[in-house]
Amino acid sequence: MVRSITRRRAVFALALAAAAGGGRAGARAGQDADPWPELQRLFFGGRPIVEDPAMVRFEAPARAEDAALVPMSFSAKPPPGDPRRVIRLTLVIDENPVPLAAVFTFGDKTGDTRISTRVRVNSYTNVRVVAELDDGSLHMATRYVKAAGGCSAPMVKSMEEALATLGQMKFRILPPTAEAPGEALIMIRHPNNSGLQMDQMTRLYTPARYIEKLAVHQGDELVFAMEGGISIAEDPNFRFTFKPNGAKEFRVEAQDTTGKTFSGAWPAARDGA
Amino acid sequence: MRYFSSTLVGLVLALAAGSAQCGSVEPLPVREVAPGVFAHAGAIALMSEENAGDIANIGFVVGENGVAVVDTGGSVEVGRRLLAAIRARTAKPILYVVNTHEHPDHVFGDAAFEGSGAAFVGHRNLPRALAARGPFYLKAFRKIIGDRLVDEVRIVPPTLTVENRLTLDLGGRSLELRAWPPAHTDCDLTVFDPATRTLFAGDLAFVGHLPVVDGSLKGWLANFDALAAVPAERVVPGHGPLALPWPEALQNERAYLSGLANDVKGFIARGDPVDSAAKAAGQSLRDSWMLFDAYNARNATAAYAEYEWDP
Repeated sequence: MVRSITRRRAVFALALAAAAGGGRAGARAGQDADPWPELQRLFFGGRPIVEDPAMVRFEAPARAEDAALVPMSFSAKPPPGDPRRVIRLTLVIDENPVPLAAVFTFGDKTGDTRISTRVRVNSYTNVRVVAELDDGSLHMATRYVKAAGGCSAPMVKSMEEALATLGQMKFRILPPTAEAPGEALIMIRHPNNSGLQMDQMTRLYTPARYIEKLAVHQGDELVFAMEGGISIAEDPNFRFTFKPNGAKEFRVEAQDTTGKTFSGAWPAARDGA
Repeated sequence: MRYFSSTLVGLVLALAAGSAQCGSVEPLPVREVAPGVFAHAGAIALMSEENAGDIANIGFVVGENGVAVVDTGGSVEVGRRLLAAIRARTAKPILYVVNTHEHPDHVFGDAAFEGSGAAFVGHRNLPRALAARGPFYLKAFRKIIGDRLVDEVRIVPPTLTVENRLTLDLGGRSLELRAWPPAHTDCDLTVFDPATRTLFAGDLAFVGHLPVVDGSLKGWLANFDALAAVPAERVVPGHGPLALPWPEALQNERAYLSGLANDVKGFIARGDPVDSAAKAAGQSLRDSWMLFDAYNARNATAAYAEYEWDP
């Protein structure tokens, strides 16, 4: 487990190194070098990826209102009769300092979970959701998002305020809809410092400290596990659909890059429902 | 925006004519809103190269011993023109340059007053806000107002900060400065001239121009009673017409911000996501405001993130 975390963190960091290297210098100089081929090689070993809007649904704003809080919503589902299962969704923000934003892994029965979260977007960029199916095939949806400065935008709160509430969790079961018989929201108070934000008093950069792992279980069943990087916005927020399985409670466990863990359990029934 | 374009074109032509004629700095048009209290009305528009960042209301107060400047405009060019307007009326020294908060349209002109010997005055949180956001603003606004204007901008940290309240003596008249809890930003400062009961409210008062939430909507709503109780007769709002009756000038702003908060709380209670709230919250109030589409969705997003943690 520790080994795999270390390896994953290395991949998140590797992306940063790649971004800092020659591949991106051209883009900054306005030569529009496309970072995607290199990112595809890095994150997916160069395996073929098909643009597949029928399989991958992805909502992202064309223009972000707040670059440090850009809502995104995505899911993948094979067509009716297709027995394949979605095992993983990867969110990639091409032009961010760390392009690998998050990897969501699903349980045996939860591959069609829809995830909504909020990310930082540092400059005009393609954002991609890549779905991996259990036959190893990769399917992608891409959106172009206009936003700037999300990773380096200074925190609204002071660091002391952020640390005072760090780790607080809020969980809500949301009203069922026709599309989703179950939907819930997990929020965690955490500055998710990107390492690119200048401390307001010391003028030094606040070290990166972010939620790197999060897992949500309905009873004993894994709904999704997330491995995240610095592109997830402050106070990480995940909305997800689920199929009620009769379990009495949801459990959430999270861990940040300092090794600090956060957890909670909540009734699976809606308040007052 | 179209509504203002003819005004802007007129302004630009007037500027061009002015600078061509004399080669010296054309004084910014200012109005004496009360004896010794002068204010300039910025355009209700987004900052651009064409308007040289002249979109905020700025001004100055003249005492027996010297002058206090309240905000310096969105470029050094505007700051220089404000200085020329001051010099057209008095040769007294500039004692203070007060910044009502850290936004570029209010502080980018500061460099025009560096070396004047004036003390730069701001909220206790202004140093950290400028340190944190100054470099970000310089980079981001290069694209918006262009290299020529940004090249000469310098972020000037305050030399005198206001913990809660501070009185500035201009000789024969004094100004009462007040530092507010987070509202429009986390470093809002107001300037009150008791002699004429004139209030420079900074961006705690928006009139016509949609209010922008960059601090705390909850805090802003909580400030209103205390703000309205400032015993002023007239206000120079941060954006909007000069010299409006006080506290009546706050009415529309208060209605918008409380309406926005109520809308957002409703969306959160129903479980609607932040992007739906950003599209719909506050929309019933759009006809009362200019620049609604430039700021409302962002305000709603910020409000959502602030209120969603409420029990």
